[in-house]
Amino acid sequence: MIAEFGSFALVLAFALSLAQAGLSAAGRWRLSPALSGAGEGAAAGAFICVAAAFAALMFAFVTSDFSVANVAANSHTDKPLFYKITGVWGSHEGSMLLWCLALTAYGAVMALAGRGLPMRLKSSAVAVQGLLGVLFVGYTVFASNPLVRLNDPPVEGHSLNPLLQDPFLALHPPFLYAGYVGMSVVFSLSLAALIERRVDAAWARWVRPWALAAWSLLTVGIMLGSFWSYYVLGWGGWWSWDPVENASFMPWLAATALLHSATVTEKRGALSGWTVFLGLVAFTFSMLGAFLVRSGVLTSVHAFAIDPARGILLLTILGVAAGAGFAMFAWRAPQLTAGGLFAPVSREAALVLNNLFIAAATAAVLFGTLFPLIRQATTGDAVSVGPPYFNRTFAPLMAAVLVMLPFAPLLPWKRADLLGAAQRLWAAAGLALLAGVAIVALARPGDAVSACGAALGVWLIGGTLTELVERVRGGGAKAGEVWSRLARLPRGTWGMSLAHIGLGVFILGAAMETSGRVESAKVLAPGDSTTVAGYQLTLDRVAPFDGPNYAAERASVSVMRNGARVCSADPERRFYPANQQTTSRVAICVRGLSDLYLVLGEPRAAASGAPVWLVRAYWNPWVRLIWAGPLLMALGGLVSLSDRRLRLGVPRRAAHAPAPALEAAE
Amino acid sequence: MSLLPKSRKARRRLAAVAIAAPILAAAAGLALFALGDSVSFFYSPSQARAAGVPAGRTIELGGLVAVGSVHKTPDGGIVFVVADLKDKDPVVYRGELPDLFREGQGVVAKGAFLPSGVFQATEILAKHDEKYMPAELVKALKASGEWRGDAQSAAAGK
Repeated sequence: MIAEFGSFALVLAFALSLAQAGLSAAGRWRLSPALSGAGEGAAAGAFICVAAAFAALMFAFVTSDFSVANVAANSHTDKPLFYKITGVWGSHEGSMLLWCLALTAYGAVMALAGRGLPMRLKSSAVAVQGLLGVLFVGYTVFASNPLVRLNDPPVEGHSLNPLLQDPFLALHPPFLYAGYVGMSVVFSLSLAALIERRVDAAWARWVRPWALAAWSLLTVGIMLGSFWSYYVLGWGGWWSWDPVENASFMPWLAATALLHSATVTEKRGALSGWTVFLGLVAFTFSMLGAFLVRSGVLTSVHAFAIDPARGILLLTILGVAAGAGFAMFAWRAPQLTAGGLFAPVSREAALVLNNLFIAAATAAVLFGTLFPLIRQATTGDAVSVGPPYFNRTFAPLMAAVLVMLPFAPLLPWKRADLLGAAQRLWAAAGLALLAGVAIVALARPGDAVSACGAALGVWLIGGTLTELVERVRGGGAKAGEVWSRLARLPRGTWGMSLAHIGLGVFILGAAMETSGRVESAKVLAPGDSTTVAGYQLTLDRVAPFDGPNYAAERASVSVMRNGARVCSADPERRFYPANQQTTSRVAICVRGLSDLYLVLGEPRAAASGAPVWLVRAYWNPWVRLIWAGPLLMALGGLVSLSDRRLRLGVPRRAAHAPAPALEAAE
Repeated sequence: MSLLPKSRKARRRLAAVAIAAPILAAAAGLALFALGDSVSFFYSPSQARAAGVPAGRTIELGGLVAVGSVHKTPDGGIVFVVADLKDKDPVVYRGELPDLFREGQGVVAKGAFLPSGVFQATEILAKHDEKYMPAELVKALKASGEWRGDAQSAAAGK
């Protein structure tokens, strides 16, 4: 009964999305606040209905109602309650419902909370968001309904893939989808701005909080996914340039470029066309990601429940939404007014360069991701593009961005003095050089890549701190004044600095981990020892262990360094009877910023006939920075977001002034 | 008598192109340069034989793990045979196998042929889902007549 109620709510949400699009468009056309208000109400209603459908599916999962096909395929009575709940978005159908939930939630928040927006822009944006809702909720209702019943329900379910039964993976999709779909609001506002022929500083200020929120959530989502693959898959790595990873990375890159170009539009009124274009691109990449992941057109090590027929539908949705967006852009962009002029050396110019390089790097990632498809279509050869391609194209382009990064905040708008900025950065440059030389000389002779990476990381952190110190100390402030100046710094500045420091922290960690990783794989019998990176690992014993829905072999490995016991690690091999699947449970011994990472392999018989185990150990130096960096970046985004709220009154006043002129133009 | 265009708009456009063109050209150059040796072709054993893949070139070899062919050596190495209907290749690999590696199931091994004709794998692709099979593998299996329909993997998994 509950499932039928959920299905009904989902159909109702589809109808309400249609109403949202129609009423808001009519409200905009007739300039009727009543019709627009009804459209906003429909947006809220669509969200409530999708939430009800989502709750119904969750109820079916929690109560293990196997007459619902999706529950039978992805749940099991033995599964812990937490994973029964997260199983809701563990399947294709469920994750599309999560997508719709996020889409309608953003639509409802924009409709109800966006009071600062002028009525025309808002009605157009709500209408566009409604159309997106029609496309995606319609897809869920007609092609991937998660609440469909089975004719003869099984007694027991198939359970969720054990690799997905993990607390980090439980959180990863909600964050990722909240980030992906957050770009839909940016898309709607961009399209609305093109419809209204209005892309100005005020518009950029409205877009910014949405872009910031979506970017921060996406940052955390990607980080969680990377962390999950690091410690669940047992391969010791954290990023492999897999198509599915690229699919989540490309919207992030587009959103990063958007945040920077929107700053120029907001502060100087320039780059308006480019900012709108990026707004459209960001959500297009989100949709492309959904298509690539779900259609199975690309061979990925991350296999999802794939279905080519649905892939074609998703491609159609992508084509309709992005096609409409870019057609509108091609039509209206030439009419956008060019903004303020700036000198070749200025903050605007630095941000333009930033955008050019990020765009080029994104294009390189896109090309590498789609190349197997292009090749297949043109010559019929099945090929794959390996990580070296991405390392050799993406890394140099981004390195150029990182070298320039500390300069930009020190350059004033309009016209700047490059030499002056360089003089203030000499300390950071010296430190960076020192870090690079130290790596080459002491730790890893001849390792140029890690030296460059470490130098870049220090350069970013040092350069960003320099900017903060300059702001506080400028003009020779006294000690007491320093704190008040620090406190008076705008939140936006804090946010930017945190994000840039976070990027530096990440680069430092990535450089050290990639170049300094030590691997060892050794077959051990109980009592045997092996050494990795100065740690002595002794396999004490391997004993059976029973989990809630799995049976495991649990190893006890004691880790010693210089004769002193450091920690004991318990890697496991788990067998899940419901899925007939074995997984490894990695044990990680955290040593400061570094990890000692242990994986227990399959048992095999030694020459003597006694059982032995392949134990793989990785020493991953400074790997914790790889997760800390993105967290700092997301924190920066949130801090910056809190700044925006304080200035809500500004755009509202600015919004009323240009309105009469627009009316005359139509 | 300046070569620069007169209108301010045209000058701005020229400046934009002058800055953007080298960066995009550099990106395109990098991409094409890096693509050269990062692209690996996918072959089934009979396709690899037909194409005459030289020893030492990195490829992806896909097929079914021949039943009864998997031998684990005590020092952590593994030897198995990847087969399609027409041909088969011995594969050696050192390291941990993905959790879903099984006899009779599809596998994709990344590596290169040794001069002896033995395929030295550096990576065995891990799949999250036992029902999953790479699109290339399905195509190659269909081409060599090995494909037994969608029920195959489900039946092999139980």
